[in-house]
Formats: sequence, C-alpha cells, structure tokens
Amino acid sequence: MNDTPYGKIVADGLWYNNAALVQLLGLCPLLAISGTVVNALGLGLATTLTLIVSNVTVSFIRHWVRPEIRIPIYVLIIASVVTAIELAMNAYFHELYLVLGIFIPLIVTNCAIIGRAEAFASKHTLPKAFVDGLIMGIGFTLVLVALGAMREAIGQGTLFDQAHLMFGEAARGLTVTLIEDYRGFLLAILPPGAFIALGLLLAVKNLVDDRLEKRAAARRAEALGEAGA
Amino acid sequence: MRFKTFSSPHMAPARSVNRVMGQVLLALIPGTAAMTWYFGWGVLINVSLAVTVALACEALMLLLRGRPLTPHITDLSAVLAGWLFALAVPPLTPWWVTLVGVGFAMIMAKHLYGGLGYNPFNPAMVGYVVVLISFPREMTLWLSPSVIAELNLSLPQTFAAIFTGTLPEGLTWDMITAATPLDRIQTGVGLEQPISQIQTSPFFGYLGGVGWEWISLWFLLGGLWLLKRRVIGWQIPVAMLGTLTLLSGLFWLINPEVYASPLFHIFSGAAILGAFFIATDPVSASTTPKGRLIFGAGVGALVFVIRTWGGYAEGLAFSVLLMNMMVPLIDHYTQPRVFGKTSAGKEG
Repeated sequence: MNDTPYGKIVADGLWYNNAALVQLLGLCPLLAISGTVVNALGLGLATTLTLIVSNVTVSFIRHWVRPEIRIPIYVLIIASVVTAIELAMNAYFHELYLVLGIFIPLIVTNCAIIGRAEAFASKHTLPKAFVDGLIMGIGFTLVLVALGAMREAIGQGTLFDQAHLMFGEAARGLTVTLIEDYRGFLLAILPPGAFIALGLLLAVKNLVDDRLEKRAAARRAEALGEAGA
Repeated sequence: MRFKTFSSPHMAPARSVNRVMGQVLLALIPGTAAMTWYFGWGVLINVSLAVTVALACEALMLLLRGRPLTPHITDLSAVLAGWLFALAVPPLTPWWVTLVGVGFAMIMAKHLYGGLGYNPFNPAMVGYVVVLISFPREMTLWLSPSVIAELNLSLPQTFAAIFTGTLPEGLTWDMITAATPLDRIQTGVGLEQPISQIQTSPFFGYLGGVGWEWISLWFLLGGLWLLKRRVIGWQIPVAMLGTLTLLSGLFWLINPEVYASPLFHIFSGAAILGAFFIATDPVSASTTPKGRLIFGAGVGALVFVIRTWGGYAEGLAFSVLLMNMMVPLIDHYTQPRVFGKTSAGKEG
C-alpha cells in the first residue's frame, strides 16, 4: 500500500477519485454552501486545511493506534482540527465565518475527511499523506468553486460577489457583474439548484471520461494494427 | 333486455400516442377559448410561444440523443406539454419566462429521464414550478377578467407587453393586474376577514371567481368528452374532485367564514383543468385502477391543504409533482390480481 506514486495521488485526487465528483462524499456542505464563489472558496479552503492536518496527524500516529479504536481517535483528531480552524476563522475572517455559519463546525462530519484518514493516511507515510490531503482538498475545492460559479452566475448574474469577506476591502472591485439588470433565477440559488448543478457537473465528468476512454481504445487498436502490419 | 354478443375476433380501435394527444388537445380548445375571452390575447400568444419552444426543444434533444425526429416530434406530446404550461402561467408572462419554463420542462424533466414514457414527473408542471419558484413577481401578472376590467389590452399592446415588457403609455402594471380569487381568499383569511365579506368584491361570481368559473366549466366540458371517449379513466378526476369536495366541505361546515366552500374550491384556479388534463397524464400518473383512485385522492387532498394552509394560493402543480413521486410505491401495492394467481401473487 505504501508505494502509491505521487503522480497517482495527484491524478486521483484531482480527477479519477475526486472526493466530490467520484466518491460523492461531503455533499451536505458542498450543496449547502456553493451558492456563491466566495462562500465555496472559503469552505473549500477550510476543508483543505482540515484534510491536510488530519491526514498528517493520522499518518504520524499510525503505528501506535490500535485498529479496534481507530475510528474514535480519528474523529477526535478531526474535531480538534476543525475547532481550531473555526476559532481562527472567527478571529480573522469574521464576516465570512458568519456567512458560512454552522457549516464550518460541520466540516467534522464531512465524510471525505474521515474517509481519507481511514483509507489513505493510516496506511501511508507522512509526506504521502500530506500530499494526499492537499490534493484531495484542492479537488474538493475546485468542484465547490465550479458549482459556486455556476450557481452564482445563473442565480444572480455575478461572480465573486462579496469578495471583500475573504480578501479584505481592497477586493470589493473583484465582483464581476455578468449581466446588467439581471432579474435573478432563484432556483439556482435554492437547494434544488445545487442538486441539478452537481448532476450536470457529474454528467460532464462522465462525458469527458467516456471520450478519453474511447480515444485511448482507438489508439490501442491503431497500435495493434501497426504491430500486426 | 338483450345484449348482443358477437363472437371474437374483436377489433380494437387504434390508440396511438398521436391520436390520444390529439384528442386531449381538442378537448382543451373550449377552455382555452374561454380563457382568451376573459384574459385577453396573452393566453393565445403564450400558447403559441410555449408550443413553439416545446417543439424546438424536443427537436434539439432528439438530435442530441441521436433519435429519429419522426415519430417523436409528431406525436403531439410536446405540443400538449407546452400548451398546459401556457395555461398555467399568467396571460402577460414575459417571453423569457416561458422560454425558461418550457425549456426546463422538455430538456430536464422529459428528455434527461429518457423521453416520452420514461419521465417520472409531469413535464409541464415541472416547468411551471421552476418558474413559479424562480420568478415570483412575474408569476403574479394575472389580469382582471375582461368583463369587469376597466380597460383591456389590444393584440399589439399584449404583444408588446409580453415581448418587450412595456405597457401602453399612461398604464402601470398595478393598474391592469389583479390578484386571482384564490389569492384574495388567502390574503383575506390571513388578515382575519370573514369570507362572506371577501366575496362581496366584484371579482367573485356565482361558483368561483368571475371568469374563472366559466373557464372551469368549459374545461369540464372538454374533460367529460375525454371521459366519454375513454381517453382518460374516471378514477383520477373523480377521486381528486371528490376528495377536494369532501375535505373542503367538512371544513366549510365547521366554519364557513374561515374555509371557502367546496364549490369555490372546485371552480377556482386549476382544479378542473388539473383533474381532467394534468393529473391524468398517462406517463407520470399511477397506472393501476386502484392506484389511480389513491393518486387522485392524494392530489385532491394536497390541493386543499396547500390552498388552505400553504404559502401559495394554488397548489395543484406541487400536489401533482408530490404524488408523481409516490407513483412507484402506489403502483407496487395496487397490482391487480393476475388471473390464475391469488392476490398475494402466489399460484392459486
């Protein structure tokens, strides 16, 4: 198990085993918080940080944890990390913290995190666990941001609305208004919009995978044909 | 009395999708004409626009899915979905609302599930609920019925209102739009006015609201014709209207000043249209005879609950969609006994 190459970790985390698109883990915050890009980015970064710290810790103590009690220990570790992150966000990004509300403490229950601890970090060395946490987190964040961008653009016709919550007052100008005088499409901002948008993202990913698969098959057949000739 | 019995073979009339849909469309004509009479040209413009969009989306999805255009596009199911959507939205609905609603209905609710025969939800109602939730302001643009309105828009003026959102000079939206009778009852009861007082306003007629009662009667006529032609079964309309009457009658008897009468419930809003044309959709409704009774009763009960205690004045679309969700369960438990087996499905 310990020989997973770094390239595979990266490819898995970003695409082939993406936490949100393939494992479909952590959907509760994913669907609830992806109303705007800024919210999505905030939650995505907090989740990434949690993943990295919990992965590293779990990997670090993997030889001393008895398998019978590993789950409670992972939960304790993740809960401590999330509490620390929650307090930090409350201190440094107070307004964003208020917007994200209950979903910051709820990162504890994000199955993607305990999933990585159990399936990867507890069986791999520290550097690999670190890279896995980072890449899984980035993969999750990318999906969150894509979903947030879709829903924000369709729902209220803007991008990066309220960017100052995250990047300070200077970032107020970052907000892009795509369509002037947009009436808003409430469905995209409401929970059903999140489900529909995620469904569409999944469909696009499967379509791309299908195409890649077909192209690879064609190339194999070609190579076989040349070898035969 | 003697019944003639002929020996087999019997010849059944051909019942293609095309023919069934065509008859349903025919039956919609009197009600649609009455709606045009009371709410102006906007109804006809909406119907034509919605049908055009529905056909275009159907063709687009068939092309994308690599399916042949005929017979799918000529089976009239897209026409019917567009038409029903247009009857559900207010007469001055902006064109882009129709575009979004019908597009969503055809692409998401129909073709992403596999096209005609595979959609679990009634496409027209999905489209309507999407725009109802997304564009609450546009969905209130109901007009005063022409018989009591002070002024009625001409055809070009209606055209301008729908496609450019502009009204003739000197007019504002507030001057020509009016709340529906169901809206008035809901708002009035919310303000603790007695219903007898609310109904003294000129918007109320003998059975339901002015105009609405006649529209409902014409839809009833079309519906009865469909029943007679056996295009639809009797179970869903009877169960739905029966439950609505029973529930509203019960509460009306308890307190007629807080709960509207059963007659008002049946002849307002979309109760009749829904009972005969929307809830009876052969694809998304229950398919067993007993199941249809349960399905219709569920729709009727939910309509009453949403109208009386819900946040929306009319709840037909939500009721139909909620009951669509229950259909697999209802069908599973109401399988008729197969000849030669016991009702539990064992060999008898």
